[in-house]
Amino acid sequence: MMPKLVPGCQTPAKDGTVIVTESQLVKDSRARVEEALLIDHPIDCPICDKAGECLLQDYHFQHGQAERRADLHAFTSRRRDVGPTVTLFVDRCIMCTRCVRFTREVSGTAELMVSARGSKEEIDIFPGHPLDNKLSGNVVDLCPVGALGDKDFLYQQRVWFMKREANVCGGCSAGCSIHTEHNQDTVYRLKPRENPHVNTWWICDDGRYGWHHIHDTSRLVGAGRRANSSTDRSTDSSTPLEAVEWMEVVPRLRADLKAAGRLAVAVSPMLTVEEAWMLCAVARSIDPQALLAVGYVPRTGEDQTFPGGFTIRAEKCPNRLGVEGVVALFDPSVPSWSRLVEHVRAGHADAAWITGAYPAAWIDDVTAAAFADLTCLVVQDLFDSPLSALATWRLPAAGFAERAGTWVNVAHRAQTFEQAVRPPAGVWPEGRLYWNMLGRRGLYDPTAVRRQIAESSATFAALAGEIPATGVDLRIHQLA
Amino acid sequence: MKPTDPSVTWIEEKPLGLGERLYLPLFVQGLTTTARHLVSPKLTVSYPEQRPTVGNPLIYRGVHRLNRDTEGRVKCVACFLCATACPAHCIDIVATNSLWPDREKYPESFSIDELRCIFCGMCEEACPVDAIELTSLLDLTGKSREEMIFDKEKLLSVYDMTKDAEPMKSASLGGTL
Repeated sequence: MMPKLVPGCQTPAKDGTVIVTESQLVKDSRARVEEALLIDHPIDCPICDKAGECLLQDYHFQHGQAERRADLHAFTSRRRDVGPTVTLFVDRCIMCTRCVRFTREVSGTAELMVSARGSKEEIDIFPGHPLDNKLSGNVVDLCPVGALGDKDFLYQQRVWFMKREANVCGGCSAGCSIHTEHNQDTVYRLKPRENPHVNTWWICDDGRYGWHHIHDTSRLVGAGRRANSSTDRSTDSSTPLEAVEWMEVVPRLRADLKAAGRLAVAVSPMLTVEEAWMLCAVARSIDPQALLAVGYVPRTGEDQTFPGGFTIRAEKCPNRLGVEGVVALFDPSVPSWSRLVEHVRAGHADAAWITGAYPAAWIDDVTAAAFADLTCLVVQDLFDSPLSALATWRLPAAGFAERAGTWVNVAHRAQTFEQAVRPPAGVWPEGRLYWNMLGRRGLYDPTAVRRQIAESSATFAALAGEIPATGVDLRIHQLA
Repeated sequence: MKPTDPSVTWIEEKPLGLGERLYLPLFVQGLTTTARHLVSPKLTVSYPEQRPTVGNPLIYRGVHRLNRDTEGRVKCVACFLCATACPAHCIDIVATNSLWPDREKYPESFSIDELRCIFCGMCEEACPVDAIELTSLLDLTGKSREEMIFDKEKLLSVYDMTKDAEPMKSASLGGTL
C-alpha cells in the first residue's frame, strides 16, 4: 500500500527523510499535473508573447505528454486591462499567484487579488484600483506563462528573434542591472538582471520604459560646425551648420578650442568613467588650465523606497559618483555645474565644451544665455536644446545602450557593460571621439582605458582586474 | 553524425567483375537509356506560347497567397512562425492588436520578397492556422525589385484569384477555419 505523493518542496524535512524525485510514480504524477494545467490553458502559443521563454512550455517538453487528450482547443484568451502598463490574458493564467504576492510583498501596493475560488478562480484587480505603481512591470517578468502581458512590448517582437546584452540602466543613480533585448540595432525591451548588490530581481517602470528616446527621430546625428559671424557675438544661431566629416572633426575641433583660449568643460554624469577620464585628458591637453566641472545633475522628486526594499533614486543620472571621482583626479575641488556656469558668466572662459546625453530637456534659455558670448562653444548632446542653438560645434551623443564602459552607482558600485546596439548612422559615441582626439590608434577600447585609470588612481583601483557581472564596490580597499 | 556512430553501416566497395572490367555491357546500358528518351514523348514545352501543366496543385510550390477566414478577414494571426522558419529571410511582418473582438493579434503589414524566396514551402508547413499557402501559379514577373515585394493586399488578392481553382488545403486536411 503506497501512501499518496506529497510535494517534496513543501514538506518539512526531518531526520532520515528520503525524497524520491525520479521514480516512475513521480514522473507519471508530474506528467498528470502538467496535463491538468494544460486542460484549461489555451493553445495560443503562436500569438502569445511569452512563447519561447514560457516555463509552462519548457516543463511540458520536460515532463508532459506529446498527445493532448482534452478535446478543448481554445485559441483565444479573454483579455482584461489591469493597469496602464499591464494587460491580463485571463485564460492563460495557471494561478501560481506570484503576481499577487509581488504586489503585496515587494511593491506593497496590493492591487492584485484572486477572485472566486476553485476552478473559477481568476487574477483580478479591486474595482477602481488598477495596477498602477512604479514596479508594476515586474509582474510580467514574474509570470511563468503569458497571462500578464507588457503593453509596451505586446506584439512588437517574438522573443527568439532578440539578442540580450548585459547592461546597466541609466535612468537613475541606482544603476540597476538589466538585460537589453534588441534585434538589428533596435531595442525592444529591457529586463531586470539579477544582482543581489543592486536591484535584486526588479527594475522600476521608469527604467523599463525609459529607453524609447534612443530611437527618437529628432536625435542629433552628424557633426556640425557653425562658422563665426562678423558681429562681436562669436556665434550666431541663424548661421546654418556646416556638416563636418568625423575624421576631420578630430583636428579641427582641437584647433578651434586651442585658438579660442581658456577652456571650461562640463563632464556629463551620463558619460562612463572611461569617457569622462578621456574627456578630461583631452581638455587638459588643449588647455592645461582648463576648468573641468561635473555636468548638470538632473533630479526629480525624492528617493522612493518600496516595502520590498527597492529604491528609485531622485538623481536621474547613472554616473555622478564616477564622474566626480574622475574630475577629482584632475581638480580636487570637484567644481559643480553651477560653478561652471558662474565661471563662464563671469567671463573667465573663452571656450566651453558641454557634454549632455540627457534623455530629456535639461537646460533653460536663461542658463544657456550665459554661454552666448563664448568664442567657441562645443555642445555634445542627444537632442537640440537652447544651448545647442548657440553652439559653434554641435556634436551628437550616444544614447543609452549605445555606449560601453563603467558606471558608478549611488552606492559606489562600479558596473561595466558592453555596447548593446550601434548608434544611428552619423553618431560617434563619445568614447570613440575622445579616443581619437587623444591620438590613440585603432578601435576605442574601454577596457584599456579602465586599466589605465585603475593604475593611476586610488579611487578606481578596484577596476584593475576583471569586473564580475554584478559589479565591484569601489570602496572595497577602504573598507578593509 | 560521427563516423563511429552505431547507426552508420560501413560497406566496402566490391572489386570489379569481368563485365565491369570489359566496359562494354555498361556502355550499352547507358546508350539504351539515351535511345529510350529519343523515342519517348517530349516533356519540354515552348513556354510562354505553351503552358506547362502542373501535376498536383496541392503540392506545387509557386507564388504565395494569404488565405481569408470565413468572414473575409486575413487568416494570418501574425505569429511569425513562417518568418522564423524561412531560410531566406524573405518574410517581413509587423504585428499589432487585431481590429476584431474575437481575434487577438493580426498582421498590420505582411510582405514577402518573392525575389529572395527560394520556394521551399517551409512557411506553409510552419503556419499553425494554414494562412499562408503556395499556389500553383508559376509565372512570376515584375518590372522592378520593389514590385516583387508582395504586400498583404497583393497576397490576399492572389488568394481571391486562386481560391476557386485551388480551394484551401486546410479544409480537406483537418486544419483550422
